Amino acid sequence: MAKRVGIEVSLAIAEAAKLANTDVVAAYPITPQTHIVEHLAKLVADGELDAAYIPVESEHSAMSACLGASATGARTFTATAGQGLELMHEVLYVASSMQLPIVMAVANRALSSPLSVWGDHSDVMAVRDTGWIQIFVENGQEAVDNVLCAFRIGEDPKVLLPVMVHLDGFYLSHVIEPVLFPEQSLVDKFIPPYKYPMPLHPDKPVTMGAFGPPIIYTETKKAQEVNLRASKEVILQCWAEFGKTFKRHYSPIESYRTEGAKVLLLTMGSFSETAMTAIDRMREKGKEVGLVRIRLWRPFPFEEFRQAVSNAETIVVVDRALSFGGPVGPVCSEVRSALYDEKQKPKVVSFVAGLGGRDITPAGFEEIVNRGIEISQKGSENEFEIFGVRG
Amino acid sequence: MTKPESEFTWKDLEIGGIVAEPGNASQYQTGDWRSQRPILDTDKCIKCGLCYIFCPEGCIEQNAEGYFEANLFYCKGCGICARECWVKAITMIPEEE
Repeated sequence: MAKRVGIEVSLAIAEAAKLANTDVVAAYPITPQTHIVEHLAKLVADGELDAAYIPVESEHSAMSACLGASATGARTFTATAGQGLELMHEVLYVASSMQLPIVMAVANRALSSPLSVWGDHSDVMAVRDTGWIQIFVENGQEAVDNVLCAFRIGEDPKVLLPVMVHLDGFYLSHVIEPVLFPEQSLVDKFIPPYKYPMPLHPDKPVTMGAFGPPIIYTETKKAQEVNLRASKEVILQCWAEFGKTFKRHYSPIESYRTEGAKVLLLTMGSFSETAMTAIDRMREKGKEVGLVRIRLWRPFPFEEFRQAVSNAETIVVVDRALSFGGPVGPVCSEVRSALYDEKQKPKVVSFVAGLGGRDITPAGFEEIVNRGIEISQKGSENEFEIFGVRG
Repeated sequence: MTKPESEFTWKDLEIGGIVAEPGNASQYQTGDWRSQRPILDTDKCIKCGLCYIFCPEGCIEQNAEGYFEANLFYCKGCGICARECWVKAITMIPEEE
């Protein structure tokens, strides 16, 4: 029987990596991700998880060690956040280009300076184009479920790509929630032992990450791009299979009370649940508003997104990161691009909010939606607005 | 490598660009960016092998007559052999267009 326990989400993620029979963990602690790898270190030290735990001196080394481990065919897990994700930046590209299905939990955190350990999506947006599959979760259960899915998706022979599971730092990483842990036997069936097709092995030497002169580099990048886009099919299949086995269902784009709504709020990450409360309140007041949440950030689910917003007249997008000097918030840029070729385009209004751990309350979301409607009707002198900024 | 790199389409590549055939770097023509090449004057050459020792590419081999000659498939035309040859038996001449 599946077991329901009250557990800190960070520890639950470590337990999920254990359920997945992770072979190697190479990690460096950083707030707000520390409890994930701390708990994994304990599980390994206590003999509960038969894995190699490699304590390294930095995140750059953590991801580099993960590369090596994954290249031998080991099931590899790590976690990081904020500055740590930035420090491993260059190695992230190597992991995706070499098609190594490492799974990494990222407890999303703001970037310095000023130093902030609190949550936002600045770190996510900086690694947007690294070629990893990127999934957002909104609560502890989703985090556990999607860590398990991440292994299955990444290790699929049609995919072979690393996967990031994004969870908001503190809002998710440090809260205690009820989590249903699936049975080990079912997880073992869901994520069978995996065999990398061409692992590093002395019996059959291969060269990984070789140098690629101009005559071949473009071809390697085209192959990578096609592969990442094609992974969506496998992701959909994985979530469908997960739903069948574990009765919890996931989609690339998820809608909440969108029936009849001409105005849609669009969010990504844990504050989507706060936004739901705001939508409930607005619905009670008779306002026809709904919520659309992005779960699959990369590859971006264009088709599903266009379908989810096809009846909307106004979309109010809330970003938790800035694209300095750019058009609008980074998620909003994506949304606008996705809709550019549509014949009937909704108005898209951009807000940036919740930077560096600044709360957005349900009342705050109501205010954002109302202001969004006002801007869609009257326009605004700004490309986007930063919600709640003083002065 | 079964065919030259220029004939590979993106669909032909191994996963993650893996090179699955060990040792095929020897098929990579490093000589194709050479702008000058070494010419050996066998009248001056004393077969000492100093050029062979100094060649950073390791592309100089001793032929049947005992002379040391650069393999132009690999020779990058750096000119170190000409510079080090103490009897001045090697001259670098420009590659033609």
